[in-house]
Formats: sequence, C-alpha cells, structure tokens
Amino acid sequence: MLVHLVRRLIYVLPVCFGVSLFCFLLVHIAPGDPLASIMPVDASAEQQAAMRTAYGLDKPLPVQYAIWIGKALHGDLGKSIATGRPMADEVFRAVKKLLLLAFTASAIAFPIGLVLGFVAGYFRDTIFDRLVTAIAVTGVSVPNYWLGIVLVIIFSVTLGWLPSMGAGPGGSTQWSWDLAHLRFLILPSITLAVVPIGLVARTVRALIGDIYSMNFVSMDFVQALYAKGLRPRGVLRHAIKNAAPTALSVMGLQLGYLLGGSILIETVFNWPDSGFLLSNAIFQRDLPLLQDTILILALFFVLMNLIVDVAQAAIDPRIKRN
Amino acid sequence: MACASVLVVLILAAILAPYLGLADPYKASMIHRLKSIGHPRYLLGTGEQGRDMLARLVYGGRLTLFVRLLPIVLAFFIGSLLGLVAGYAGGWLNTAIMRTVDVFFAFPSVLLAIAISSALGAGMINSLVSLTIVFIPSICRVAESATASVRSLDYIEVARASGGNVLGPIFVYATSLTSVCMILAAGLSFLGIGVKPPESEWGLMLNTLRTAIYINPWVAVLPGAMIFIASLCLNLLSDGLRSAMNVKD
Repeated sequence: MLVHLVRRLIYVLPVCFGVSLFCFLLVHIAPGDPLASIMPVDASAEQQAAMRTAYGLDKPLPVQYAIWIGKALHGDLGKSIATGRPMADEVFRAVKKLLLLAFTASAIAFPIGLVLGFVAGYFRDTIFDRLVTAIAVTGVSVPNYWLGIVLVIIFSVTLGWLPSMGAGPGGSTQWSWDLAHLRFLILPSITLAVVPIGLVARTVRALIGDIYSMNFVSMDFVQALYAKGLRPRGVLRHAIKNAAPTALSVMGLQLGYLLGGSILIETVFNWPDSGFLLSNAIFQRDLPLLQDTILILALFFVLMNLIVDVAQAAIDPRIKRN
Repeated sequence: MACASVLVVLILAAILAPYLGLADPYKASMIHRLKSIGHPRYLLGTGEQGRDMLARLVYGGRLTLFVRLLPIVLAFFIGSLLGLVAGYAGGWLNTAIMRTVDVFFAFPSVLLAIAISSALGAGMINSLVSLTIVFIPSICRVAESATASVRSLDYIEVARASGGNVLGPIFVYATSLTSVCMILAAGLSFLGIGVKPPESEWGLMLNTLRTAIYINPWVAVLPGAMIFIASLCLNLLSDGLRSAMNVKD
C-alpha cells in the first residue's frame, strides 16, 4: 500500500511539472503582447520597457518560469494585469465557491447514477434497463450549458420559483448555509449533475450487467458463489464488491471534471467562482489570471486523480498483487 | 436507425442550404426582432437582430456539423500515428510520447480547450487547433495500448491481426468522441472564444440569444436543442457501432 502510494507520488511530480510548464507557456503562445490590454496606445518605448520590467517580462523565459513557479509555491500568484490586485485571494475565494458547487452536484449525481445503473444492470434487458439506458445516453448527450438555460427559463422566468443567477440574495458574495442562499445552489448543481448521472449509470450498469450476464467469463464467478451455497443476497454483496473499485474511479474522475469543467455552467448562472474568474480573464485577456486559475484547477484535478488511484488500490486487492 | 436518418437530414439540409429557398441568414431587420415561433413569415421566429432563425439554424449546421467534426478526424490521424509509433517502438520514444500525453491528461478536457482557445484568441482556425490538441492524447493512449497488445502476440497472430485489429478499436473510440467534440466546440463559441459573430453557429447563436430569454425564451432555446439532437444521434450511432464491432471499453 505504502509502496503504491510512493510510486504514484513519484509519477505525479513530473506531471505537475509539465502542467506548470504548459500553464506558463500559455501566456507566451498567445499572439500579441500580454500587456497590450492595459498598455496605453501612445506609450513611449521607455514606458513600454518599464512596464515590461515591472511585470518581469524582460527576462529570459527559463528565468521567468523559475520566478513564477517559485512565487506560486509560496502562495503568491502575482498581480492581475486587469485589476492590478494580488490574485491569490481572488483565486482561492473562487475555488471555495467552486468546491461547494462541485460537491453538491456530486452529492446529487452519484447516488442517483449508482442506483439507476445498478437496477439496470441487475434487471438487464427489461423495461427498467431500457429506461435507464435512455436516461443515461440523454444525460451524456445534453450540452449542459444549454440545459442550464432551459432550467432558468422554466423555473426562473416562467414559474418564478428560483433565482436565475448569482450565489446569494442581493448579489451577496458571502456564502452561508441558509435557505436564502441554498435557493441559488439548486439550479446550477442540478444542471451540473446531469452528465455525471448519465456516465455513472452507464458504467455501473455495464459492470453489474457483466458480472451477472451469462455470456461473460465471470459467469463462473457468480456460478461458483452459488455453488458455494451463498444466497442471492450474498452473491449480490460479492458483485458489489467486484464493481466498487471501477465505479469509484469513474466517480472520482467525474468529480475532477466537475471541478475543471463547470466553467460553462458558471457563466450561465453567474456563479462567482473560478469558472467565473476564468471567463472574466478571457473577456479581459488577462493572461496571468488565466494562467494561474488554470494551473490551480489542473493541480486540483491531478490531486483528485491521485486520491482516487490510492483509494482504488486500498479497496481492490487485485491491484496490490501487481 | 432513427438517429441515423435524423443525422442524414441534418447533414443534407446543411449541404443543400443554399438551394432550400431559405431567407438570407445574415440579413438583419430592426423591426422584425425576436418574433415568436410560428410567425407566418418566419417559421421558427427571428433572432436578436431580426435574422430568420430557420435559415440560421440550417446554415449553422454547416459550421457545427462539419467544421466541428474535423478536430476528431485530425486527432484520429495524429493520435493514432503517435500511439502506433509509441506502442511499436517502445523504449525511450514510448516514454517521451506517453509522458507528454500524461501532462495533457492532467487537464479536464473542457479546461484544456478553454485554456488553449483563450490564449490563442477567438476564431475558427484557433478553435480547430485547440480541439485537435484536446483529443490527441486520449486517442494516442488507446492507440498505444492497442498496438502494444498486438505486439505482444505471436507473429502469426500479428500477421492476421495487422491493421484492422489496431485501427478498429481506435476508430470506434474516436467516434465516441464526436458528440463530446461538438458539445465542446459549441461551448467554446458560447463562451465567445470559438467562431466569431456574425457567423451562424449553434453555440454562438445560443450565446447571443441568451439575453432574449426574458422576451422570447423558446426561440433562444432552439440552437441548443439542435446541438442536443445532433449529439444524441452521434452518441446512439457510436453505441451501435461499438456493439456491432463488439468492442469492450
């Protein structure tokens, strides 16, 4: 177990390095001067040079990278080009809001996806199965940013039940666990939950279905359990144990995707988190802000994968053997 | 089958758009803005600039369906090539290619597409480049493992399995990415970092019509509904292909 953990950590470090390098280079593959959005049109050559020095853009690339990553490791993300404010506070406040949204969406999606997938796999080729398969493929196919707009039209514009944007009454930015704030969480998290519901249901259906189905190798597995004298309930327990590691890894990946991929939903609902920050950065062409937000989100995703991987090894005896 | 025919209708409509007697998709009209669905002159209503929705949706299919599937085609060729080389050569070349791929895997696909597109700026070619980069790593991984598994077989089996056995799974996998690619491409346009206005593209139309949801919600919903229908059909087709070719995940 410990060996596995250490091995994964050793593997993750170069990936983190690559990720940071990619984020760093983002600013430099961008066409045009990164300072163009704030540089006055009539700035003289000296003024331009002074500005470049102020943002450290006059040094050679490897040095710039070293300075950037060194500061980032100390939690100093530099200053936003558009606002001139330090970015660390902004980014971390946004990440908290993002976690809230992503975890709520997961809390909705995973139980529903698990139950649907399980029922469909257990009662394979019945009407249940077909229904769940249809739900799953719909969930996977729907462009969720569009679904968000549809939900806003139904529940905010037409029925007037729920707020359409923001994360608190009166544009409040301070989150608290009361009804007034929770109302703002409902539509975005449901919207975000739809795709993972489809994916989790699909995976679990295939897993459980394969374990029980008659034309698969592991038929012997179920037969052997019955032959051992286990009742259906005991067999079921084994089947669940067998499916759990893969289901867990799919859910972990989905949580990761929710963290990194919810930017479209945040734009729809004006949810003030990192996705929102990102779309502001895109809009203002604030490349340093973009760079740092993407770096943090990607590192979160790497961490998430690491946790899933280790958890999977912990509950799946088959992994420890190799 | 139903989904195949829907796709065929969408594709034919997109190809034949200039001959269908539709209104000019770019012709704006201040006095005919945001008409409702079922208007005698504008069957599906008009957009925020008074442009005919039906014409724009049909013309929008041209960009959304064709240009948006191109990244998968490009990524299929580049990714397969890289994967075949990595899987066949092994050694340091394999390590170099696959570790680079790992770095791109560290980004959720939406985030990666947004990162590259926003750095490059809006535009059709830029979003094409960024989506191709997004899909190369996963195709490369599938290609690498398929190649490596064939390589470990006996040589007689290799001779029998060469070509088809490696490319088949990669192809099926690539088709399963088409709907994701379309949703993602439209999503980039929705964020304003895909194609530029006044192009009719479903994601961009959804973006520009967003403000109209308080006035004429059901017209605003149409472009997204088109994305949904097309992506549902693509997914069903790819599922069908998968079971027909008997490929396991």
